[in-house]
Amino acid sequence: MSSPTRTRRRPDTVDPIPWWLKVVGGLVIAFFILPTLFVIPMSFSSATTFQFPPPGFSWRLYENFFTNPVWLDSLGNSFLVASLTAVLATTIGTAAAVSLSRMDNRAARLVRTVLMVPIVSPAIVVAVAVYISFLGWRLTGTVTGYVLAHTAIAVPYVLVSVTGALGGFDQRLLKASASLGASPLTSFVRVTMPLISRGVLTGAIFAFIVSFDEVVIALFLRSPLFQTMPVQMYNSVTVEIDPTISAASSLMVVAVTIIFILPQLLRGRAGRRQEPRP
Amino acid sequence: MTRQTTVEVTGSSQGTRRGTEIRLDGVTKDYGLAAPAVDDVSLTIEPGEFMTLLGPSGSGKTTTLNLIAGFETLTGGTISLNGADVSDVPPHRRNLGMLFQNYALFPHMTIAQNVAYPLRQRKMGKQEIARKVAEVLELVQLTGRDDTHPSKLSGGQQQRVALARAIVFEPKALLLDEPLGALDRNLRSALQTEIRRIHREVGSTFVFVTHDQEEAMNLADRIALFNNGRIEQVGTPQQLYAEPETLFTARFLGDSNVFELGQADLGGNVGWEGENWGVDPDTVATHPGVRKASAIVVRPEDVEVAGGRDAVPVGANTVRATVRDVEYMGSYRTLLLTMGDRGLFGRARVSALRGDYAIGDDVVVWWRPRSQRIVAA
Repeated sequence: MSSPTRTRRRPDTVDPIPWWLKVVGGLVIAFFILPTLFVIPMSFSSATTFQFPPPGFSWRLYENFFTNPVWLDSLGNSFLVASLTAVLATTIGTAAAVSLSRMDNRAARLVRTVLMVPIVSPAIVVAVAVYISFLGWRLTGTVTGYVLAHTAIAVPYVLVSVTGALGGFDQRLLKASASLGASPLTSFVRVTMPLISRGVLTGAIFAFIVSFDEVVIALFLRSPLFQTMPVQMYNSVTVEIDPTISAASSLMVVAVTIIFILPQLLRGRAGRRQEPRP
Repeated sequence: MTRQTTVEVTGSSQGTRRGTEIRLDGVTKDYGLAAPAVDDVSLTIEPGEFMTLLGPSGSGKTTTLNLIAGFETLTGGTISLNGADVSDVPPHRRNLGMLFQNYALFPHMTIAQNVAYPLRQRKMGKQEIARKVAEVLELVQLTGRDDTHPSKLSGGQQQRVALARAIVFEPKALLLDEPLGALDRNLRSALQTEIRRIHREVGSTFVFVTHDQEEAMNLADRIALFNNGRIEQVGTPQQLYAEPETLFTARFLGDSNVFELGQADLGGNVGWEGENWGVDPDTVATHPGVRKASAIVVRPEDVEVAGGRDAVPVGANTVRATVRDVEYMGSYRTLLLTMGDRGLFGRARVSALRGDYAIGDDVVVWWRPRSQRIVAA
């Protein structure tokens, strides 16, 4: 490109994303989405084995899923564990993020690093460690056990997302709030929380999903009486070769997608409401 | 116009003043650094007084304000409000309003919700809250924007909202932490007038922190001038300007010509670079430091400029000077001078009509002994 052309064109070239980056981005999106595009058609297959393309259309796999108590129980268990994990991990992660943001010293950085360890340690290492300790504490196969283990690996996600939200939070607002007569607790509820709620909500969603599709720890903690959906899916292909898994997977994909998109939609509407009136 | 005048009269008469006495007794804040941030400061702020804490950055004025507010804990001394020791009372129970440089309005609340916030903390009824909010927004002249969010307002308007929020609950005193620092010059002077008016109407104690000496002079009943964690001098703006006790005070407020004297004998005349100057005993600072090293300070508007020594009246103190530059300021001219053998920098203010000075002219600068001030170095 000659330099006069570039000078003349400068006002047009406001798009800061070069074409090659868009191509890479497109490939990455395809890489993540393509499997889904195979799973969802397969869930409507009339075949009794895994076949692609599906030989014909049928609701049979969904019928299997919704009439088989094993599938339904595992789905219910997963929802229960994921919900409790989301609540517990969000509470702990938010509390940690808020207090760490007020301390800026070596101790705070150390605590932050320690809290992030579950994200970088291999799942199998965590799983074995959890399994051995929980055996001794009689927590394997219990809701408490699942929730505690999943909370440990979900807290870092909450910590990161709430810390991000706190980055834009002006701590001086808390001084103002105190000078106006609000106790530290009231200030947190009425000033801090509303302003970091996005980060907290995002953290909660991540915690829910981390728990919802966690399989390694769940495999170790399972008992004949209590297992989560990912474990049941694992069983269905390794033990029974049951194509119902494609219906289950499709349901999970749709559920998780809705959970992710819902806050975006709500936020969009709330944002429009805050626009100045003419 | 008439209303303004009546308010001024009631505001300045001591009898009608409400407000809280704020008493600092040996207040110290030591972070464990080389020197304490606030070092043994004692100051009594009278009920209803507009006290300005003035000083360069790092002088301890803001730390002192934060100590009064309760955001910092004392490492020594006590702070009392109307005689009650509040040293260990947390900020939200001190009942002091505060104004911040960045306004610190809650961005997720509307103007009305922001102003109602302190009233809701005090469990006030809905109707009373609505009435008080409307009242105070009228006082700061910001009506009709109740449902707007703060980000939609200009800086000046935001600070008005913050001011309304800080006074609506009738706090014992209002603490202002450089509240006009982020505003441009015109807006700043408009809000200064506003703050003075509100101080008169509300009648409560105001403690105002600033590093801007003009702002301090313009606003304050009294100024406490801070330097290195200590109070250098407390007094009315006029006292600080006309009767500085120390060299720091003389230099910080307004322009000065400063002649350092070294170890001077204050019995009769003093000498500076071979000049022999008369001393008026009334102009010697009462500061104990004056017995040691001292300096003579003369304001640029108090010196006269003559062509030669024969044009100077008898009894005046004189110094040789050379004109280095002439600044035309509209209503007056400022001559920038080098004075004496070593070329000490100085200023003289002359009438705008005196256009007959040129750069390089040798002149004689003179003043009467009662126009000068002898201060502690």
